[in-house]
Amino acid sequence: MSANMSNRMINLLVPAIAVILGLLVGAIVMLLSGYDPVAGYIALWHGIFGDSYAIGETIRQITPYILAGLAVAFAFRTGLFNIGVEGQLIVGWFASVYVGAAFDLPKFIHLPLAILAGAAAGALWAFLPGLLKAKMKIHEVIVTIMMNYIALHVVNALIKTWSGGGDKTDRILESASLRSEFLSSLTDYSRLHYGILVALLMVVVMWFILEKTTTGFELKAVGFNEHASEYAGMKIGKNIILSMVISGAFAGLAGAMEGLGTFGNMYTRGGFTGIGFDGIAVALLGANTPIGVIFGAVLFGSLKYGSLNMPNAAQIPEEVVQIVIALVIFFVACGYAIRLFLTKISKNKGAK
Amino acid sequence: MGFLDILYFMVPVSIAYAAPLIFTALGGVFSERSGVVNIALEGLMVMGAFIGILFNLFFYDTFGDWTPWIALIAAMVVSGVFAILHAVASISFRADQVVSGVAINMLGLAIALFLTKMIFDKGQTDFIKKAIPNFDVPFLSDIPVIGPMLFTGIYGSSILAIVAAIITWYVIYKTPFGLRLRSVGEHPMAADTMGVNVNKIRYIAVIISGALAGIGGAIYSQTMTRDFGHATINGQGFMALAAMIFGKWHPIGAMGAAIFFGFAQALAVVGPSIPLIKEIPTGYLHALPYVVTILALAGFIGKATGPKANGKPYIKGSR
Repeated sequence: MSANMSNRMINLLVPAIAVILGLLVGAIVMLLSGYDPVAGYIALWHGIFGDSYAIGETIRQITPYILAGLAVAFAFRTGLFNIGVEGQLIVGWFASVYVGAAFDLPKFIHLPLAILAGAAAGALWAFLPGLLKAKMKIHEVIVTIMMNYIALHVVNALIKTWSGGGDKTDRILESASLRSEFLSSLTDYSRLHYGILVALLMVVVMWFILEKTTTGFELKAVGFNEHASEYAGMKIGKNIILSMVISGAFAGLAGAMEGLGTFGNMYTRGGFTGIGFDGIAVALLGANTPIGVIFGAVLFGSLKYGSLNMPNAAQIPEEVVQIVIALVIFFVACGYAIRLFLTKISKNKGAK
Repeated sequence: MGFLDILYFMVPVSIAYAAPLIFTALGGVFSERSGVVNIALEGLMVMGAFIGILFNLFFYDTFGDWTPWIALIAAMVVSGVFAILHAVASISFRADQVVSGVAINMLGLAIALFLTKMIFDKGQTDFIKKAIPNFDVPFLSDIPVIGPMLFTGIYGSSILAIVAAIITWYVIYKTPFGLRLRSVGEHPMAADTMGVNVNKIRYIAVIISGALAGIGGAIYSQTMTRDFGHATINGQGFMALAAMIFGKWHPIGAMGAAIFFGFAQALAVVGPSIPLIKEIPTGYLHALPYVVTILALAGFIGKATGPKANGKPYIKGSR
C-alpha cells in the first residue's frame, strides 16, 4: 500500500466511522439522560440476536428496509432524491392488500398479482412527481413530500370507506399470502415470511438494470450530467419519469411485503411508518449500490427491531435508536469532514 | 349558512393556521436567500413546538399569563441553537444540504419524542394550561364585514407574524446586512471579493431561520394542538417550505402563500360544517392542503428559480 490510504479504503471507512460516531453519540445521549448506555446497548443486542424468534423478526424487519433502500438508492443514482418512498410504500401496501383480499384466484396467479399491484401503486405514486419534474422542472423533493401526506390521508380514508367506518381492512386470502410455515417454525413462530427472497431478488434486479442494460446506462448518464446526455441524444424527461417509476415500484414492493407478509391487512395510521425515511439512511450508508443497500438494511433493520426490546429490558425509550439513525445520516452527509480527517492522519503516518 | 357567515368562520381560522407557516417560511427565506437549502424547517419546527409546550408546562406557575409568550422565546433560542447543526454540516462540512436537512428532521422528531417519553412516560405531553390567547381588536372589530372577518378572535401571534414579515422584508431589502445576505446567495465569490465573510453570513442566516422556525412551531403547538406528540407538526414545516417557494423567496410573497396554505388547512378543519364541502369525507379533506400545495407549485408560479448559489457550499478559490 502507498503512504496514503487508498480512496477505496476511505470510501469504506466513512460509513463505518459514521455508524460508530452515531452509536457513540447515542451512548452520550443516554448517559446525559440518566440512563445506562451499556445496559441499553446490551438490551438492543438481545433484541436483535437474543433468540431465534428475535432473529426471525429482525430478518422480517430487514425485508422492507432493503426495498425502501433500493428505492432511494435507485433514484439517487439517477440524480433524483425520492423522499416519497414513505407514501409510495403506503399506497403499495394498500393496493396489495386490496388485491389480496378482493380476488379469489389460485396462488400462483394471486400472489404475484398482489405483489405486482403493490409495485404498480408505488410506481404510479412516483410517476406524478417524475412527470412534474420532467415537464415543469418542479423539484421532486417538495412534491414527493406532499405526496407522502396525500398517501397517508387518502389511504386512511379508503380504509374507512372499505371497512364501513372501521380502522382496518379485511385480511388477505391465504392464496395471496407470503407467510411461510417453514420459515416461521424455523424461528420459533416469528412472522418471518418469503418477502426476504423477493427483496434479495430485487437487489439483483436493480444491479442488472443499472449495470447491464442500456436503459440503466442512460438513467445513470442523465443523473450524472443532464446536458451531456441531452447532447448525446438521450431524452431527459423520459428518463427522469422512468427513474421515478422504477424507484416507486421498489417502494411499493416494500409496502406489499408489509401487507402480504407481515400483517396480512392494513389499518389506519396516525403517522408514517418511518420505513421510507429510514430507507434514505439505508441508501446513503450503502453508497447507493445494490450490495451496499443490503448492508445498510441489515444494520438499520436490526437496530430498529432490536430497539423495541430497550424499554422492557433497560427502561430506555426506543426513540434513542431513531436518534442514532438520524445521526448516522448526518455523519454520512458530513463525509467531507471525515475524509479530510482520514487523509490527514494517513499523511501524518506516511511522513514518519 | 350564508356566504358571509362562511367567510366570518373561515378567515380567522385561516389566519390562525397561517401564522406558524409565516414565521417558518420567513426562516426559509433567510436561509435560502443566503444560499443554504433548508429542508430542515420541519425538524426545527418540531423542536420549537416541543420546547414551547415543555416550557409552558413547567413555568406556568412562575410566569402566569405571560408563559406562552416567554415559551416562544425559549423555542426560538433552542431551535436557533439546533439549526447550528445544519449550518455546520452544510456550510463548513460541505454536506449535501437536502440530506443534512433530512437528518435534522429525523433528529428533531426523535429527540423530542425521546424526551417526551423520558419526562412524561407516554407518547405525548400533558395539555398546557395557558394557550396563546385570542382577542377582539378594540374599535377595529366593530367595522362591518371586515371587523368580524379580520379583527375578531384573532391570536396575538398572528399579528406578530405579519409584523415579522414586514420586518424581514425591511431587513433583507433595506439594510446592509440584507444586501450582503442576498449577494452571498447569488454570487458568493463576488461577495467574497468585496470583503463579505460568506460563511459567517450564511451561519447567521441559518441560525435566524432556526429561530423563526422555532417560533413557528411553538405558535402552532400553543394555539392548535396544545400538547406535543409525534403527529403535532405533521408536515407544517414542509408546507412552509412550499410557501417560501410559492412566494418566490420574497418575505411578503411567502406571507401571502402562507395565508393561502392556511386557508387550505382551514378548509380541512372547518369543511365538515360548510354545505357542499361537508359531502366530502374528512379523510380526503385532510389531504387537501397537500394537494393544493402541489397544484400551486405546478400551476401558478410557472418557473420558480431560487437564489443562484442556493444549495452550493462556498469553497474559496474554486470557480
